[in-house]
Amino acid sequence: MLKYLSKRLFFAVPTLIVISFVLFALLDLAPNDPTGNLPQTIPQEVREEIRESLGLNKPFHIRYFKWMQQFFVNEPLNLIEEVTGLEIGDSESRLRVRSWLTRSPVVDLIIERLPQTLWVVGLSYIVGIMIALPIGVISAYKQYSWFDQIGTFISMVGFSVPTFFTGLVMIIIFSVTLSWFPSTYDTTHVVKDFPSFWFQVKQMTMPVMVLAFYNAAQLSRFMRASVLENLNLDYVRTARAKGLRDRSILLKHILRNSMLPVITMIALGVPTIFTGAIITEQVFRVNGIGQLLITGIQSADIPLVQSLSFLFAVLIVTFNLLADVIYGILDPRIKYE
Amino acid sequence: MKLEQFARAGQSIQEAREHPSPWMIVWIALKNHKGALVGAGVFTFIVLAVLIGPLIYTIDPQLTDTAVRNQGMSWQHPLGTDNLGRDMLAQMLSGGRIALAVGFAAMLLSLGVGITIGVVAGYYKRLDGPLMRLTDLFLALPLLPLLLVIIMLFRDTLRAFDPEMGIFILIVLGIGITSWMQTARIVRGETLAVKEREFVLAATSMGTSGLHIITKHILPNILSPIMVSATLGIANAIITESTLSFLGLGFPPDFPTWGRLLFDGVNFIEISPARVIWPGLAISLTVLSVNYIGDALRDAIDPRVRNE
Repeated sequence: MLKYLSKRLFFAVPTLIVISFVLFALLDLAPNDPTGNLPQTIPQEVREEIRESLGLNKPFHIRYFKWMQQFFVNEPLNLIEEVTGLEIGDSESRLRVRSWLTRSPVVDLIIERLPQTLWVVGLSYIVGIMIALPIGVISAYKQYSWFDQIGTFISMVGFSVPTFFTGLVMIIIFSVTLSWFPSTYDTTHVVKDFPSFWFQVKQMTMPVMVLAFYNAAQLSRFMRASVLENLNLDYVRTARAKGLRDRSILLKHILRNSMLPVITMIALGVPTIFTGAIITEQVFRVNGIGQLLITGIQSADIPLVQSLSFLFAVLIVTFNLLADVIYGILDPRIKYE
Repeated sequence: MKLEQFARAGQSIQEAREHPSPWMIVWIALKNHKGALVGAGVFTFIVLAVLIGPLIYTIDPQLTDTAVRNQGMSWQHPLGTDNLGRDMLAQMLSGGRIALAVGFAAMLLSLGVGITIGVVAGYYKRLDGPLMRLTDLFLALPLLPLLLVIIMLFRDTLRAFDPEMGIFILIVLGIGITSWMQTARIVRGETLAVKEREFVLAATSMGTSGLHIITKHILPNILSPIMVSATLGIANAIITESTLSFLGLGFPPDFPTWGRLLFDGVNFIEISPARVIWPGLAISLTVLSVNYIGDALRDAIDPRVRNE
């Protein structure tokens, strides 16, 4: 197990380094100037000073290593300090990755936006899984029944229709026509009593349901295929032959075995829903990291975009690793050679 | 002469029965799958509509007429008009042309890259490791953020070069180089299997060059999975393009695709929801029909399903 893990880690670290390099190089070598967005009235000397302060006149590799140091050493140290209250070294003069637009540290911006994204995305993923698993199991067990036909059709629609369109259709139906739910998400809203809690539930319903529907569509098809594969295996026949009821075969034997690939799938899907949330946040104006990325891109805020994209890459690599590990733990047949 | 032709035709039908050609598989797959049949019909209709439609419905999509702003459906403007009085149907038809053109072009590019990398990795053992590491690396990239970044960085440069073709090329390239990985993996797997067959061994022993074996012996035998990849590729490219346009980082407003029309319609969602519904419906129907075709194809080539 340890050997297997270290082997996977051995691949993950270079992958991340290469990705960080690609992201840095792409953004750094591109024909774009951070001082280009500043007012035209700023004289040339001041412009040069600003470039100097941003470290733009250093050679490429030095900037890259500085960025790496800031991202992997300085920022984690800051985080530790904030959480534990300890002071490690000289925290005042430590260089930080700063946004060009707001001049505040990028990590602070991300931490400020993260809870909204985590709430919407996390909840939608859980709701999606809870919808998808029973539907997948039932449609496999009753293959070609009307339930299966309808379920397959809906899941086909679910992952063919882009989430921004589902979101907008929901806005047209439930907020423009029926005015049941607010069409935008108010991040400043504070839950303090029951009515305000109810408002929070109402404003979260639509974004969560849109993402949940999309996730459930993909997952239920996967679950169905996985159960179908198990239905005709020998151990099921054995269980039937010894007189077990269908219900207990399905829930105890088949479900456990068919959950193996599905759990891996769920772990692998976590990073993609973060990137998928970019769209949903834009539709419902949720003030999360997806929207932060879009505003960063629109205002050419390169440090912010670099850090956020790299954060997404870290998420993908971490969850790939996690999926492998979970699969290894759950399925003893896997050999770690 | 005629008899010979008949004989040849008869022979090829016989061959088709024994060894179904990829096109036969497509036909059989579609014939036996109701959803795919409907999907193929809808997709053909959409393609024909955007190709022939602008020739029949000759209203200029960019013609502004402030006298008829934000109108609903009428005989004069079947799908209504937008906030500048432009005809929605004409915009939908021309937007569909671009959206489908992006879909096909990006699919071809990603298929080309995917097949090349997959076949080379499968056929040449030396290159297998590095190329598959490259594929894994691409799979670990955050694709949507990366695409947005690429477009942000190069949009202005390419727009200066040619306003219409520049952004088209940029988006096709962007989608193409971020979506070839699945194709490469599938093609590599199939190549590894076909490589071990006797006819490849025979060709190798006759001294046939690697390139010739790949193009003449391996590729024709892995056409079916490639076709599945192609259909999924179109669906993916259309969704990605419309997503980029919806986020405001795709096609510009004077050169709108379905995604851009939808993006422009969002601000008017309370006045004229139809401006969101039509483009969204067009995207969804196209992708849904293509996905149904892909589903049927996958069922047809998957031996486990076919044997049932």
